[in-house]
Amino acid sequence: MAITQSAPSSIHAHRTSRRAQAKMSARDVNVFYGDKQALFDVALDIPAHHVTALIGPSGCGKSTFLRCLNRMNDVVEIARVSGDITIDGGDIYALDVVELRARVGMVFQKPNPFPKSIFDNVAYGPRIHGLAQNRDELDEMVFTSLEKAGLLDEVRDRLTEPGTGLSGGQQQRLCIARAIAVNPEVILMDEPCSALDPIATARIEELIDELREHYTIVIVTHSMQQAARVSQRTAFLHLGELVEVGDTQDIFTNPRDERTQGYITGRFG
Amino acid sequence: MSDTAPARPAAAEAVARSLRRRYAAEQRFRLYGMVAVGLALAMLLVLFATIVANGWSAFRQTYIQLELALVDADIDPDGARDTTVLSRADYEGLVKATLRGMFPDVTKRREKRELYDLVSSGAAFDLRDAVLADPSLIGTTVRLWVPASDDLDMYMKGYISADSPEDERRISDRQIARIEALRAQGRIETGFNVGFFVSGDSREPELAGIAGALLGSLWTMLVVLVLSFPLGVMAAIYLEEFAPRNRWTDIIEVNINNLAAVPSIVFGLLGLAVFLNFFGLPRSAPMVGGMVLALMTLPTVIIAGRAALQAVPPSIREAALGLGASRMQMVGGHVLPLAMPGMLTGAIIGMARALGETAPLLMIGMVAFIVDLPKGPLDPATALPVQIFLWADSPERAFVERTSAATIVLLMFLICMNLGAVLLRRKFEKRW
Repeated sequence: MAITQSAPSSIHAHRTSRRAQAKMSARDVNVFYGDKQALFDVALDIPAHHVTALIGPSGCGKSTFLRCLNRMNDVVEIARVSGDITIDGGDIYALDVVELRARVGMVFQKPNPFPKSIFDNVAYGPRIHGLAQNRDELDEMVFTSLEKAGLLDEVRDRLTEPGTGLSGGQQQRLCIARAIAVNPEVILMDEPCSALDPIATARIEELIDELREHYTIVIVTHSMQQAARVSQRTAFLHLGELVEVGDTQDIFTNPRDERTQGYITGRFG
Repeated sequence: MSDTAPARPAAAEAVARSLRRRYAAEQRFRLYGMVAVGLALAMLLVLFATIVANGWSAFRQTYIQLELALVDADIDPDGARDTTVLSRADYEGLVKATLRGMFPDVTKRREKRELYDLVSSGAAFDLRDAVLADPSLIGTTVRLWVPASDDLDMYMKGYISADSPEDERRISDRQIARIEALRAQGRIETGFNVGFFVSGDSREPELAGIAGALLGSLWTMLVVLVLSFPLGVMAAIYLEEFAPRNRWTDIIEVNINNLAAVPSIVFGLLGLAVFLNFFGLPRSAPMVGGMVLALMTLPTVIIAGRAALQAVPPSIREAALGLGASRMQMVGGHVLPLAMPGMLTGAIIGMARALGETAPLLMIGMVAFIVDLPKGPLDPATALPVQIFLWADSPERAFVERTSAATIVLLMFLICMNLGAVLLRRKFEKRW
């Protein structure tokens, strides 16, 4: 790490201790799409059992950074990622990508249930990873996941119906249930409420708060109110740079950088 | 303070002025569209009407009833009922003798020949088959309906008019008199033409059937399906889901598109040069025909398959990958099932094109005159469109209706295939 060589030792110590507590940690992350650089030397720690919100104007690289955390950018042929990302202190590139994605689940912007039954949607992860020994265990996992996602009562009688027949908010909770059925440690959420109405959004926000007990959550959001409501830590990105990161309350009440201040007071965005 | 409508702003005025012109343009355009659709439908209707009007009569055939006295001594001199002896007996002579018996006034050679010409040469074979099937008939008198000759058949169906000058028709006044006499006795009848569907090709129109060509087409299509569908789907999946995007895959893609546009006869020449001359595969075999047509169909299947894969929303791929599915699991579990209906449609469209293809089959010898029904993909055979081509080339009047009838059968086949495709797609789509 180039920056630590010249940095004062106290900051270095502070950084390493922070890093030791963090569930996931990113250093010097640069992402290029072809010739265009999307992220510049992003360094961010994601504490366990916290909700970390990534905010910033469109095109600032929030989603790009999120997709680095479970290597979804691998799929994009022109994307090139450099830097150092760890989970529990271990390099994510040392892990097999399948294992990483089983530990770091993801919920997408648009609800994307498989065109299969509700049950099969949730059971898909456990099935491909061989998590259940028999049918009973699989049933148990599906029911627990739906329960945790707060969807069980609504779909108990129609588990064999297609997941695509649910409402938008229910579909998104189904996707969350599907993600937690694999029992990941971290859940990445890429603007999970942007396609939902306010009531469904409130429901998901409640859910995120409940899930924090068991999982570490990173959420990308366009809505500062949402970041303020659900997250404990907030990172502000602007033009591919991480401008400021801190406790959500501090960021919103007492931003240190004027770009952050400009954004949260609505001067640009 | 005027009683006219309130003045409109200039822009609204301009809009109002142009409105009529705009609506008129739209009306005109719709009219053009409807005329185009109407013309296309009319042409299709004319095509179908002509084919059906020409061909429907081929599904019926005229039969003559003969009363044949099966004298024991003639058919089975030894009385051993040995099959080889029975099958070698002179049934043709028996048929001729019976005809002579029906018209005792016929004595001259020429008159006799005219009389014999009323009955198809297939009558003797029908008689033999009847005797072989039931030897106890020997010694009795049997009444047998045998096919009439094509000329009599044409006369009965009204294609030959008795009013036309005698030297301009293939049937003489004397023959017409005999036919009318037979008809008066109730010995001439028109019935469903079973032979057309169960026999192979023949030089005699009344004996010619499409069973051989139909079977040849079926075997060919089977080979095409078995070769082109799995290969095409595999190629499409690899190119779309696994292959890197680089110069090589670009070249491959361009060439697949080029291959889809290559005239079919070129594939026939390729088959002739490679499959027949180099590998020495049998001539006229549906196997080789199927291989050639599979080559021709492959680009269509690959292109349709890739389009179907591209149509699967990326969100489904991300969902699967985000859960930790491997690429293979993503493709096999989600992308392929969603793309399958489109791939099937592509394959069926390709097969339908292959079913109607004649040129490449001419090159590899599937144009031969083949009487026997093919029992497998290695037996010599022709295909339906080639059979149509062969019959259309024959001079006999009776082959005209058979050409159209074979076309009807080919069209039926195509309609069935498309219907099958629609049903298959429905079934697949319902599951999702």
